[in-house]
Amino acid sequence: MSGTDSAESATRLSAHFDATIAHDQRIEPRDWMPDGYRATLVRQIAQHAHSEIIGMQPEGEWITKAPSLRRKAILFAKVQDEAGHGLYLYSAAETLGIDRDELTERLLQGRQKYSSIFNYPTLSFADVGVIGWFVDGAAICNQVPLCRSSYGPYARAMVRVCKEESFHQRQGFELLLTMMRGTEAQRAQVQDAVDRWWWPSLMMFGPPDDDSPNSAQSMAWKIKRHSNDELRRRFVDMTVPQAEFLGVTLPDPELRWNEERGTHDFGTPDYAELMRVIKGDGPCNAQRMERRTKAHEDGAWVREAAAAHAAKQQALRETTKEGTAA
Amino acid sequence: MSSSWPLYEVFVRGKRGLNHVHVGSLHAADERMALTNARDLYTRRNEGVSIWVVRSDAITASTPDEKDPFFSPSGDKVYRHPTFYAIPDDVPHI
Amino acid sequence: MSSDDDHVYLSLAEGHADDARWAFGTGFEDPLHGVDTTLPPGVDAGALTALCLALADDALVAAQRLAQWITLAPELEEEVALANIGLDLLGQARLLYARAGQAEGAGRDEDALAYFRDQADFRNVVLAELPNGDFAHCVVKLLLLSSWRLAELTGLTEHPDPVLAAVARKGVSELTYHRDHAAQWVVRLGDGTEESARRTSAALAELWPYRAELYAAAPQTRDEVEAVLAQVLDAAHLSAPTDAPTATASGRSGEHTEHLAELLAELQSVARADPEATW
Repeated sequence: MSGTDSAESATRLSAHFDATIAHDQRIEPRDWMPDGYRATLVRQIAQHAHSEIIGMQPEGEWITKAPSLRRKAILFAKVQDEAGHGLYLYSAAETLGIDRDELTERLLQGRQKYSSIFNYPTLSFADVGVIGWFVDGAAICNQVPLCRSSYGPYARAMVRVCKEESFHQRQGFELLLTMMRGTEAQRAQVQDAVDRWWWPSLMMFGPPDDDSPNSAQSMAWKIKRHSNDELRRRFVDMTVPQAEFLGVTLPDPELRWNEERGTHDFGTPDYAELMRVIKGDGPCNAQRMERRTKAHEDGAWVREAAAAHAAKQQALRETTKEGTAA
Repeated sequence: MSSSWPLYEVFVRGKRGLNHVHVGSLHAADERMALTNARDLYTRRNEGVSIWVVRSDAITASTPDEKDPFFSPSGDKVYRHPTFYAIPDDVPHI
Repeated sequence: MSSDDDHVYLSLAEGHADDARWAFGTGFEDPLHGVDTTLPPGVDAGALTALCLALADDALVAAQRLAQWITLAPELEEEVALANIGLDLLGQARLLYARAGQAEGAGRDEDALAYFRDQADFRNVVLAELPNGDFAHCVVKLLLLSSWRLAELTGLTEHPDPVLAAVARKGVSELTYHRDHAAQWVVRLGDGTEESARRTSAALAELWPYRAELYAAAPQTRDEVEAVLAQVLDAAHLSAPTDAPTATASGRSGEHTEHLAELLAELQSVARADPEATW
């Protein structure tokens, strides 16, 4: 094929891609897509998948200590869901032509990130409730629009994730409600957890819009549907009445309803802290990565053994087949 | 020898009377593990649903986009891998 | 934000019918639906209480050990599988504790029985409380426990107490799956690589003697369990360790290792820190 032909076909493919996006149609795995679109998706979906897997750790620590069998079953099922969500998302990433092994390597080498929120410690059982309420609530704000993301496999994975995520948020809120009706010590634990998780939860939406270089392109490609600040505001508006219902105080003196704008005014999260935590300097970064690395390394001989057994079985089947044929 | 497990595509029939529908993929060392994992992951072990698993590299797929110059119409893998686009430097006029 | 998003968001709040799975492991139906929970005449309440408690303790302690595997499984798909098994066992424990409490008639609910009894009151077999080792240890222990529990619960599906019989029926379908999962893994590891065969043999050598306690607790299970184990080991190209005459562990009489003390300390820590608290 000549140089001119290939340039023409590239233009045609690119125009076709743009038209598909413009018509709000989904891009599917075998479609042509710009390299930047593919790379952005791989980064975002992988980061999302890693977050689900690393996110099992802070709550996972409390399954063995849950104070009632009902809470134990709920938390166990929730942490299991997170493993499932990670798998749905890795599966979506793999449709872009990248192997899960490669993504795991990138995580373990620190070349890909996961949500900063999971680098904070869980200090009491109330944290389980607050994580459900704030962190899963923020995740829902982020993820519901992703159900309409332009990349088909990602959008479909998100529909499944969002459905289960709503369980997570409700179980968290219900735990806090129960604790607030319990003893004085329990109420104090809830307020303490709220104080510790509020600002990191606001940071989950990422840097402010004027400092988020990739956002505009992601929105043009309809990978992302709303800006960081828009989603953050939505989360605050959603959470304030819930906090009043619970009877806890959100630790922000600037937080108040703005009648004119029909939304809440609130303080600015410490974005320098966010950057520190993302760069690896949060309270639990090392611990989280260490545990993930240990699981991966300790599991190597198991994965190898299963692959070896499968190969032997395959060889055996082929021998049998040849024997029958002869 | 490679210790990474191959990718399987998973198809689930949610209830009688419906077709199997593609729901996603997973990794497993062998077919049996793929079925077990699929049941655990995609159906939460709901009894009575039927699951198919098939190795992703065993699926032949058509190319819906006729304008696509890269593929012959006879079919290809289910995913298009970016490595496909890695063209050696010494091939002229591409 | 668009009304489209609101619509998706609202739809998430609908349809909570599958809430049941949060309370009862991975089962989708209430196993006690339509079952009369009054204690039938002729059933010895004391014996029923003891039986339910022992079976519940086995399940709770085994589930706790599986919970300790979470985030450490050799592959992500296996995290999901181990959690499913743990959730099944936890679900069984809850139903059995509840029944034990009803039969006992002293007003103790599932949490009173799980969180406010001491080590000497626990009746689980010692095999269940042994600390976790490597993944070979995990699947060999699971094979022994699930083969035995499946045989025992199968026998209980005809129990005169309709509640216990219903719980046993639910358990049988779950344990069939657990045993199958464990057996598949033992075969893979036994046949896989030199290292996996060595590790699996080591796990067998450590855990094999604990069968004696299982058979002492439920003698009728012996033939079935031995046949299953022989079949699995054969397929895995592993040989059964020779039975050495060692003292039989006796968790059913309340004799436990220090490992149970540790396990219970963790399990009960939050509940006991504030006994007045509601969860």
